[in-house]
Amino acid sequence: MSAAFTLILSVWLIAALLVAAGVFTWVERRGLGFLQERLGPNRVGPFGFFQWIADTVKLLFKADEVPPDGDALTFRLAPALAATPVLVGFAVVAFAPGWAISALDIGVIFILAMLALTVYAMVLGAWASRNRYAMLGGLRAAAQMLSYEAFFGLSLMGVVMLAGSMSLGQIVAAQEGLWFVVQQPLGAALFTIAGIAAAHRLPFDLQESEQDLVAGFMTEYSGMGFALFFLGEYLAILLVSALAVTLFFGGWLGPWLPAPVWFGLKVGALALAFVWIRAILPRPRYDQLVAFAWKWALPLALANLLVTGAVVVLGGSA
Amino acid sequence: MSWGLAIWASALALAAAALAVTRDSVVHALLLLLAALVALGVAFFALASPFAGAIQLLIYAGAVVAVFVFVIMTVEAGPEARARERALLSGAWRWPAVVAVLAFLPMLVGLGGTADGTPGGVGAADLGLLMFGEWAVATELVSLLLIAGMIGVRALSRKGRDGE
Repeated sequence: MSAAFTLILSVWLIAALLVAAGVFTWVERRGLGFLQERLGPNRVGPFGFFQWIADTVKLLFKADEVPPDGDALTFRLAPALAATPVLVGFAVVAFAPGWAISALDIGVIFILAMLALTVYAMVLGAWASRNRYAMLGGLRAAAQMLSYEAFFGLSLMGVVMLAGSMSLGQIVAAQEGLWFVVQQPLGAALFTIAGIAAAHRLPFDLQESEQDLVAGFMTEYSGMGFALFFLGEYLAILLVSALAVTLFFGGWLGPWLPAPVWFGLKVGALALAFVWIRAILPRPRYDQLVAFAWKWALPLALANLLVTGAVVVLGGSA
Repeated sequence: MSWGLAIWASALALAAAALAVTRDSVVHALLLLLAALVALGVAFFALASPFAGAIQLLIYAGAVVAVFVFVIMTVEAGPEARARERALLSGAWRWPAVVAVLAFLPMLVGLGGTADGTPGGVGAADLGLLMFGEWAVATELVSLLLIAGMIGVRALSRKGRDGE
């Protein structure tokens, strides 16, 4: 693939993702409205579809204030750190056979690394705000990331062992006969939990937690800074969904329809599940969240890895 | 592999590291340390070692600095702390800097000496074989460092509690 073609593809992908994230905010608000027996946005355009465009324009033109005691440089840098790593992470996602910006051998680890970097957006944004609520949110973000990162990686290593590769394209190709969710149900469950935590969504949005922290780490943000944090969050949902589809749900594999369509449909379905989970689950207490990660999820992920390893070695496959 | 990108990223890492040790704001220093680690990861990628690059980003930039930030954020740096930092930066770092340069000079010279071999990059499997095959004992010895660190933290936190 020539450099120019890669560049065009990257720009196209970024544009598509920005639009997808915008449309997803509308889907989420309508979905939440449906699940909570209310309407949601319904005035701008058919079914309120153009609401996301109106909101984007509003956020672009809104004043972007730095708090008087805040650290201006860090305050402005933090929102960019929320969206950029997630966009970079999409570079290794395989949408169809050969349809990836970069067919990196270790795509899985690359995406994990990019998702891990988003924590700095929250922590630094919180610190730069010089606000007690923001600070509490930032500390929660850091502790949660450290707790959940540990078994996030371990939960998907079972799939890597079975596929014998960390490349997203080859993992999908290895699921030709059977999706890995059948062979790795525990891994898939743990991955889902850690994935929701990595995307900072309810019930794992303790760093934002409107009921006790105003808006947590982004209390002081408005305008573009606020928009970038939200962009990062919605892109992270799409990235985690894409990773889950690739690892456990057969990626682009499926009958009749072309490969990229299958991939898009599966990612869309999982992203809707994120909205559904947000609507039905309450938020746990903070210490319960961290205790669960270390006392249950991490040992279970290690046990899953051990059993998978034994099966792979004894079965002589891989 | 792209030498231009590798050299650019390495230069960025060096510059960020130099800036990191000369800031009087701890959080700015940490931000720059983060930038240096990320730039180092990019350099690994450019030198065709994506596994080392990704691990660099995941472990060092992702986890280690996050722990630092977690601790630093809870410590409010007042004006007198900043003044003390500035006093420290005014000259005490010169001898450690000389020692560091002297220590790293042989490495740079050594790099020039082995340039005849073509750098093929180290994949995950190669690294695993090296670490747990040929260099297994050395790897286990290095892991002792972690235990030393854990014992040190335990000892320090006990001392602090008794002293209060």
